[in-house]
Amino acid sequence: MEYLFEMRGINKSFPGVRALNNVDLAVKPGEVVGLLGENGAGKSTLMKVLAGVYKHEAGTVEWQGSPVKFHTIQDANKAGISLIFQELNNCPNLNPLDNLFLGRERFLKGSPFLNYPAQRAKALELFEYLGIQVDLDQSIGMMSTAIQQMIEIAKALLTDVKLLIMDEPTSSLSNKETAMLFKVIRELKAKGISIIFISHKLNEVFEITDRVVVLRDGENAGEIDPKVDSMDRLISLMVGRELSTLFTRRQNDNLGEEVFRVEGISGPPMVKEVSFNLKKGEILGVAGLIGAGRTEMARMIIGADPKVRGKVFIDGQQVKIKSPADAVKAGIAYLPEDRKHQALILPMSVRENLTMAIHGLVMRLGMFISAGKENAVTDSYIATLGIKVSDREQIVNNLSGGNQQKVVIAKWLATKPRILILDEPTRGIDVAAKAEVHRMISGLADQGVSIILISSELPEVLALSDRILVMHEGRVKAILNGADASQETIMSAALVAEAEEVVA
Amino acid sequence: MEITVGDSVPVRASSSRSLITRIIQSKESAIFLALIIIMGVIYSVAPKFMSTSNLFLVSRQVSFVAIVAFGELFVILTGGIDLSVGSIMALAGMVSAYAMSTGHSIPMAVAAGLIIGSAMGAVNGGLISYVLIPPFIVTLGMLSLASGLVLGLTKGWPITNIPPAFLPVASGAFLGLPIPVWIAGGLAIIAHVALTYTAFGRRTFAIGGNEQATFLSGINVKKIKFMLYVISALAASIAGIILVARFNSAQADTGKGWELDAIAAAVIGGTSLAGGSGSILGVVIGACIMGAIKNGLVLMRVSSYWQTAVIGIIIVLAAGLDRLKAKRS
Repeated sequence: MEYLFEMRGINKSFPGVRALNNVDLAVKPGEVVGLLGENGAGKSTLMKVLAGVYKHEAGTVEWQGSPVKFHTIQDANKAGISLIFQELNNCPNLNPLDNLFLGRERFLKGSPFLNYPAQRAKALELFEYLGIQVDLDQSIGMMSTAIQQMIEIAKALLTDVKLLIMDEPTSSLSNKETAMLFKVIRELKAKGISIIFISHKLNEVFEITDRVVVLRDGENAGEIDPKVDSMDRLISLMVGRELSTLFTRRQNDNLGEEVFRVEGISGPPMVKEVSFNLKKGEILGVAGLIGAGRTEMARMIIGADPKVRGKVFIDGQQVKIKSPADAVKAGIAYLPEDRKHQALILPMSVRENLTMAIHGLVMRLGMFISAGKENAVTDSYIATLGIKVSDREQIVNNLSGGNQQKVVIAKWLATKPRILILDEPTRGIDVAAKAEVHRMISGLADQGVSIILISSELPEVLALSDRILVMHEGRVKAILNGADASQETIMSAALVAEAEEVVA
Repeated sequence: MEITVGDSVPVRASSSRSLITRIIQSKESAIFLALIIIMGVIYSVAPKFMSTSNLFLVSRQVSFVAIVAFGELFVILTGGIDLSVGSIMALAGMVSAYAMSTGHSIPMAVAAGLIIGSAMGAVNGGLISYVLIPPFIVTLGMLSLASGLVLGLTKGWPITNIPPAFLPVASGAFLGLPIPVWIAGGLAIIAHVALTYTAFGRRTFAIGGNEQATFLSGINVKKIKFMLYVISALAASIAGIILVARFNSAQADTGKGWELDAIAAAVIGGTSLAGGSGSILGVVIGACIMGAIKNGLVLMRVSSYWQTAVIGIIIVLAAGLDRLKAKRS
C-alpha cells in the first residue's frame, strides 16, 4: 500500500459552477502535503468531497487501497479522517473536557453517567503529548485560538486518526504558536499520520510540507517540491490563468477630478491606517487575501461598523458618516459581499427589494409609498439591466444568483450613487452573468460613477481596474497601476509579506 | 431590452389576477375558513351562540384582545416580542381612572393614560434598540415592573368613581355594534394602512425579513424598532383604558395574561414569530377564533379551567398548519 488515499478524476459541480474538474490528489502515510490555490480554486470543495460532506459526480476515491464512498462526515471520521476547520467547530460555552469527549463520551461501566476521572486522565495525557497547558475547568471560548486548535487536534487523536486536514490552521496564530503547531505536526508525521495543510502563508508551506499540490480554477495546476522549487514558481502556478475568456475594459485615460478620499481609516484589529483616493469615473480594484480587511474597511467607510480613526472626504469636503443612512445621503452605495444575508430581503418581491434604499424617492405625502412611482422605477431597472423575472412581484428568493445580484445592483443604482463600493459583485454567479456584470460596472465608470471594486478574483480586478489597491493584514500594501499590474505582482504584494516575519 | 419571462411562479398575487382568485389564494383565506367552521360547529351545539345579544358580547370582548394584538403584531413582524402589554394595559387604565376619579376631564384622563403607557413602551424600545438587550428580557422585566407599579400605587385596591359619562365607551353601541368594535375597526384600518402603504410599514416587514440588509440599505433600524415598542404599548394602553369603562373601575389585575392572548391571536392569524410575515386581517381573524372558542366553551358549559387548555392546543395547531403550508410551497 503506497498511498493512504488516492482521489482520481474527481468532478463536482454546483448550479452554474464547475467547482472541480478531473482533480487528482494522493497522499502517502506520514506525508505532509500542502494544498494551495487562490480563493475559489476548489481546495475546500476537494476536502469536503474527501470527507463525505459533498458527493462528487465522477471520479474514484481509494482509502488504504480499497475504493470507498463516504456519505457523511461521520463515515470519514470512522475511517480515520479528521478536519480542523478555519472556524473552529467547538462549543465555546463548554470546558475542554466536554468538548473533547462530545459524542465520544466515556461512561461509568453500565451506567449513563459520565466517567469524569477517565476523561480527565485521557485528556491530560493528550495535552501532555501535545505539550500544552490547558485549564480543564475554564470554558473553551475564553481560551486562545491556538489552544482551541490544539484541543481540536487532541480530539482527532482521541480517534484512530490517519489523516488530519488543516484548513488555514495558522491564520490567527502568533509566530510562537505557529512554531508550537509545527512541532506537533512533525511529531504526528513521525507517528505515520498524514496531514493536508491548506494555507495562504507560502513561507510556512515551504517550511512544513513535503510536497505542494496546486489547484487552479478547480483543476490540478501542478506540483511543487518545496526543497527544490522557488516561491515564484509556486505563485505562477497558482495564478496562471488565461484572461482571454474575460471581459476586458479599456482603461479610462482621462479620469476626472478626485471625488473621494479616505485618510487613515483604522478599526483594529482588521483595518489599520488605510488611505487612498478615487477620481471621477475611476475603478479602483481592491485585492488581498480573505481576512486582509477589505470588507471591514468598506463597512467602516459606509458607517456600518464604527471606525476608531480616520476621515472621509467627498469633493475635498470632510463628511461625517456614522451609519449606512449617512452614506446613502452622501452618495455612497455599498453592495455587500453576501447577497443573501446582507443585501436581499429574500421573502420580499423584486419591487420591494429594488426600492428598499430609495423610499424617499417613491413617497407620496411624506409617508405613503406610491405604487405608481415604485412600479415605474422597478420596471425601468428590470428592463435596463435585463433582469429575468416573471413580473415585478416575483419573490427574490426564487431568482437565480445572477438575477438576484442584478436586483441588488439595481437597488443601489436607483440611489444614483456617485461612489459605488462593490464587494465581491460576481461571487457565485455563472460565467455569462459575470460578463454582464463586468460590462455594467465598466459602463457605470464611463458614465462618471467612481467605483471601488473589492474582489478576490484577480482576473476580474485586472480586467476592470484603473488602479489596484492591495491590502495585507489590514494595511494598504501597495497601490498598483492597472496597466502595469499582473496577477504575479498582486499576489506577491498580498502574500509575501509573511516571509519577513520569520517563523521561529 | 426585452423582458424575458422566467418559469418560476410568483408567490404573491399579481394585480392581473381576478379578485376572487386573489381572495382564495390569500394567506388569510384558510384561517377565515377555519373561523367559519368553528362558528358553525359552536352554533350547531349551542344555537344561542348566534343570538344578537351573545354576538354583541363576543364581538366586544374580541375587540379588546384585537386592539392589544394589533400592537403586538408590529413588534412580532420584526422578530421581536412584547410581553409587557398586559401590565401596560393595567397601568394605563389605572392612571386614567385615577385622573378621572380625582376630577380631571375625561380627555385629559385618557391622554394621561396613553402618555404613561406609551412612555413604558419608549423604555422598552430604548433598551431594546439602543442598549441592545433582547426584547424577551426587557419586556419580561417591564411586565413585572408595570404590574408592580400598579399594585404598589393602588395597594391592590380598585379605583372606582369613574364618571358615568365615560362608561358608554365600552357599553355603548352605534348602528347596533358595540363602541369597542368601532374603535378596534378604526385602529385596524389605520394599522393596516400603516403596514401596507407606508414606508414605515414596508421597513417593519423588511427588518423582520433581513435586519442586516435593511440596515445596510440606509434605513434607521434602531429608530423603527424603538417606535414599534411605543406603538405596541400605545395599543395596549388604549385597550386598558376602554376596559376601565367596561368594568366601571380600574382593577389591579386587569390585563393579566393578555400578552399571551395577544401573541396567540397573532400566531393563529398566521403571523410568523420569526418576523417578516403577518397581517392585520390575520390578527383580526385570529382574535375572532379565540373569542369564538372561549365563548363557545362557556355556552357548551365546559368548565373555564379547560378553556386555557383548548386555546393552547389551538395555538400549536395553528402554528403547525402554518409550518406544513410553508413546507409544501
